Amino acid sequence: MAGTSFSQPTTAQSEGVGTRLSDTLWRRPALLLILLLLPPVLWLGIIYLGSLFALLLQSFFSIDHFSGVIRYEFTLATYAELFTPANFDIILRTITMAICATLASATIAFPIAYYAARFAKGRWRAVFYLGIMMPLWSSYLVKIYAWKLILAKEGILTWALEGLRLNWLLDAYLALPVVGGNSLSVSTTGTFIVFVYVWMPFMILPIQAALERVPTSMLEASGDLGARPGQTFRYVLFPLALPGIVAGSIFTFSLTLGDYIIPQIIGTSRLFIGQAVYQHQGIAGNIPLAAAFAVVPIVIMALYLWGAKRMGAFDAL
Amino acid sequence: MSAVTFANVSRHFGAVRAVDGVSLEIAEGEFFAMLGPSGSGKTTCLRLIAGFERPTGGDIRIFGEAVADLPPYKRHVNTVFQDYALFPHLNVIDNVAYGLMIAGEGKKARHAAAEAALEMVRLDGYGSRKPSELSGGQRQRVALARALVNKPRALLLDEPLGALDLKLREQMQDELKGLQRQLGITFVFVTHDQGEALSMADRIAVFNEGKIIQVGAPEDIYFRPEVPFVADFVGSSNVLPAALVARLTGQTRPAAIRPERVRLATEGPLRARVTGLSFLGHNTRVSFEAEGTRLTALLPQDAPRPAEGDEVALTWAEDDLHLMRAGT
Repeated sequence: MAGTSFSQPTTAQSEGVGTRLSDTLWRRPALLLILLLLPPVLWLGIIYLGSLFALLLQSFFSIDHFSGVIRYEFTLATYAELFTPANFDIILRTITMAICATLASATIAFPIAYYAARFAKGRWRAVFYLGIMMPLWSSYLVKIYAWKLILAKEGILTWALEGLRLNWLLDAYLALPVVGGNSLSVSTTGTFIVFVYVWMPFMILPIQAALERVPTSMLEASGDLGARPGQTFRYVLFPLALPGIVAGSIFTFSLTLGDYIIPQIIGTSRLFIGQAVYQHQGIAGNIPLAAAFAVVPIVIMALYLWGAKRMGAFDAL
Repeated sequence: MSAVTFANVSRHFGAVRAVDGVSLEIAEGEFFAMLGPSGSGKTTCLRLIAGFERPTGGDIRIFGEAVADLPPYKRHVNTVFQDYALFPHLNVIDNVAYGLMIAGEGKKARHAAAEAALEMVRLDGYGSRKPSELSGGQRQRVALARALVNKPRALLLDEPLGALDLKLREQMQDELKGLQRQLGITFVFVTHDQGEALSMADRIAVFNEGKIIQVGAPEDIYFRPEVPFVADFVGSSNVLPAALVARLTGQTRPAAIRPERVRLATEGPLRARVTGLSFLGHNTRVSFEAEGTRLTALLPQDAPRPAEGDEVALTWAEDDLHLMRAGT
């Protein structure tokens, strides 16, 4: 009979648990929302913000310098300690390094990101992404030690410069105060080079994403209206890429502020914030001062983002 | 003097000949349309005038000046882009004043000029908005004002009405035409819409496969197509193949007959079968198949209508059959 092919299958029997569950969720979207949001909210609220709050709390305690015991009383003395010359020096050095590394990263990353966004097509695009991402796949420590091999006194760079009869140039540079040293691997310049190298992907990818949203016609329109390439960069390309540059600089800036491995392996014996945190919470057992040091990058980043917003860095978003 | 002169201009992208040996002359003060299907080379021609592309061969002159080596920012032409290309980080007034800012005009002077240009496109008072807050039609006007404020000697328009809905498009067609008459500057207009080209342009160049097929006034293009491609693309004429025309008239050339000129008869040399009818409001379009050729006729609503599958004869006044030369 023709009619049988139209008869409905009996719903209750043929439906599995999964089907009934998805039906229930479809009827009650609020339930689905709660199920989806509960794990991340728990994670962010308790584990992440909770630990951050614990850190903040620690920074308002102080340590008894005789007994080494933490006094659980509210005090700003630990914060005041940050402003002693030795500690403040660490903060200034770290901020200067973060600014330099960020500026250098942005300068080097921009042309690479521009090329990738504008010209790389098909296979070259894949090669480009591989090239950018590959350093992220290998261990951070291995990369830093590789740089030590390059920058050390008997390293690859010295060898190459000797071959080119240019080692006098390196020697002259190393003789400079502050940036120089015995060799690049124990100089501030070495630390800077490795910071720039290690954070580079974090700068390239956001800039590239921002540039990809700029249609070619926008740049053509600028030229059409009389702007030379330099003016087009200043008035159109740069403002439109700025959200990407700021996003990238948030990575490079905050990662430099918090890192304690790179300056320990490559660089001078002068400390960075990350190293200070590491030493105070570990060997010295001065958790309050370590916590106070750790608050510094948070405050700087908050100020930085506030300033960037004030300057209109996110207007083009 | 001619506004734009192309002498045997080519632009090849690898093996693709986007523009292939084009010669044309656009008179000063003319509303010139470049019409063709997508990929026919019309947009590339416009980009060659603007300077976004460099010719592979040939000579381009703008008001007598050879421009092959001039970058876009040194040419006295301005472009209205298909996607408008408004700067999203600038508000409307700064978008319009951009060219003047680059030219070094002071803020006060350039904002006054920009406000006047906005008034011309009936957007005065919109200066402080961001492009993202405007409708498609308003963005189109801002793009127009941004180009015109620089007082270009020629304005290039790349499918500027393509993204607008039908009603707005018809309104903008009238406005563009009025603006061009009022300003008296040369407009070079690229479109794939024959209706747009026919209604606005003083002259039309029909493009196909990188070449200009025919140049002429809208009436010439519409009523006197030289080759079957123009007859078919501009105004969807019926194209009769040479063999069929030879049997009917004795001349071995393809011919065009406009659908509204095709009449139905009971007796005649050309027998056809009705394959479809569509109601268009003011008239009815009837499709036929006649000796392997598909034909259409537009019948007024008061004319007797055949039914699908009917066998009829098709006739027309001898003058309405327009003979063409063979070719594309």
